[in-house]
Amino acid sequence: MPKVIFASHVQRHVAAPDSVVDGSTVRAALDAVFVDNRPLRGYVLDDQGHLRKHVVIFVDGARVVDREGLSEGVRPDSEIYVLQALSGG
Amino acid sequence: MTTRLRVATRKGLFTFTRESTQWRIGEPAFLGDPVSMMLDDPRDGTVYAALNLGHFGVKLRRSRDDGKTWEELEAPTYPPQPEAAEGPPWKLVQIWALETGTKDQPGVLWAGTIPGGLFRSGDHGTTWQLVRSLWDKPERVGWFGGGYDAPGIHSIVVDPRNGKRVAVGISCGGVWQTEDSGTTWRNIAQGMRAGFMPPDQAGDPNIQDPHRVVASPKDPDTLWTQHHSGIFRRPAKADRWSEITTSPVSSFGFAVATHPTDPNTAWFVPAMSDEKRVPVDGRMVVNRTRDGGKSFETLTQGLPQTACYDLVYRHGLDVDSTGRWLAVGSTSGGLWISADQGDTWDTVAGNLPPIYAIRFVG
Repeated sequence: MPKVIFASHVQRHVAAPDSVVDGSTVRAALDAVFVDNRPLRGYVLDDQGHLRKHVVIFVDGARVVDREGLSEGVRPDSEIYVLQALSGG
Repeated sequence: MTTRLRVATRKGLFTFTRESTQWRIGEPAFLGDPVSMMLDDPRDGTVYAALNLGHFGVKLRRSRDDGKTWEELEAPTYPPQPEAAEGPPWKLVQIWALETGTKDQPGVLWAGTIPGGLFRSGDHGTTWQLVRSLWDKPERVGWFGGGYDAPGIHSIVVDPRNGKRVAVGISCGGVWQTEDSGTTWRNIAQGMRAGFMPPDQAGDPNIQDPHRVVASPKDPDTLWTQHHSGIFRRPAKADRWSEITTSPVSSFGFAVATHPTDPNTAWFVPAMSDEKRVPVDGRMVVNRTRDGGKSFETLTQGLPQTACYDLVYRHGLDVDSTGRWLAVGSTSGGLWISADQGDTWDTVAGNLPPIYAIRFVG
């Protein structure tokens, strides 16, 4: 199952432990994380469920481009990194 | 007795406490994080802080122990945006105003936001509902940003005699008022003049930029505003705003405060102009009227009078509930407090982060 890893920056505000979850897309994997950690959702996604403007996600080294749909596929052994973008700093 | 002042800044929330004759700064909350607004609820002592994290969005925190500990609340959230919706994205950009309901409405809070939504909570901020009656007004898509990309509600004036009566100030969307708890709204910005518009649209109520709108609790029917294009007052029982042209130094600025028991007294902090948002001639001054705007005094004693380039935002001026204490906080981190309605000022801090809002506690 894919692993979701959150940067330390967000952990200053909300608990965000690394999670191994089910999911074949970025959206599905994140939704699985948020089921057990609802407060974290608002730090990563905006009102419309889109990736926040100054958050970036990498899947196995490739930056996620579909920031609204988060439709990129993930493999069972994928690593999904959720990071703060320098644009927001 | 006024003993404390909250200061919301670009880098945290600070609390100053008056000890004997001095104001002392306490440990900051949310150090390093932008705090766009805060509110001490005098009805139950709860403190609220709105954060605007650069990466992770708008957050709302609540403290029931005077700021010793904070709990995270779900921030107001816009509903799903229809595909055909016009106007700015339905995404919370900033909490720009926080106010309480009346004494007979325990737990009722109002939040004004960018991109222009008004939210109401009936449970001490635990949950929030977008006031659809205002958001769904067809006129809303005619609003535009003033200082930000999207329009925003920065002023919420709740009538202390009747909590169903609320006015909101919008940059840029005029002033809207409800008499029935938000079921219906009407724009009451008639009489304002927008110098930033083509001449034939300068009087359009829906595009006015009232930088801040306030009313004295003693006379909630009379509204004051520091508008982008000057100072205006809407007297009780009048249906129009009247421009006040007697203000010395400059009529441009952002902040206005009114006396809690003398509605003819109001203070303003002038800046040079729209194009040059700094004090005139490098001198920080406060203008005070005691006669409803017929005449003004320019107060300078204790304020920097040379090489001062501090700007005071909309919420950077406050008066306490007695009308005696005044505070001014600037975008350069300057903080001045007066114990005599502005006659004399003490410099309380000179190196704070940029100040977004200041509020006396009590």
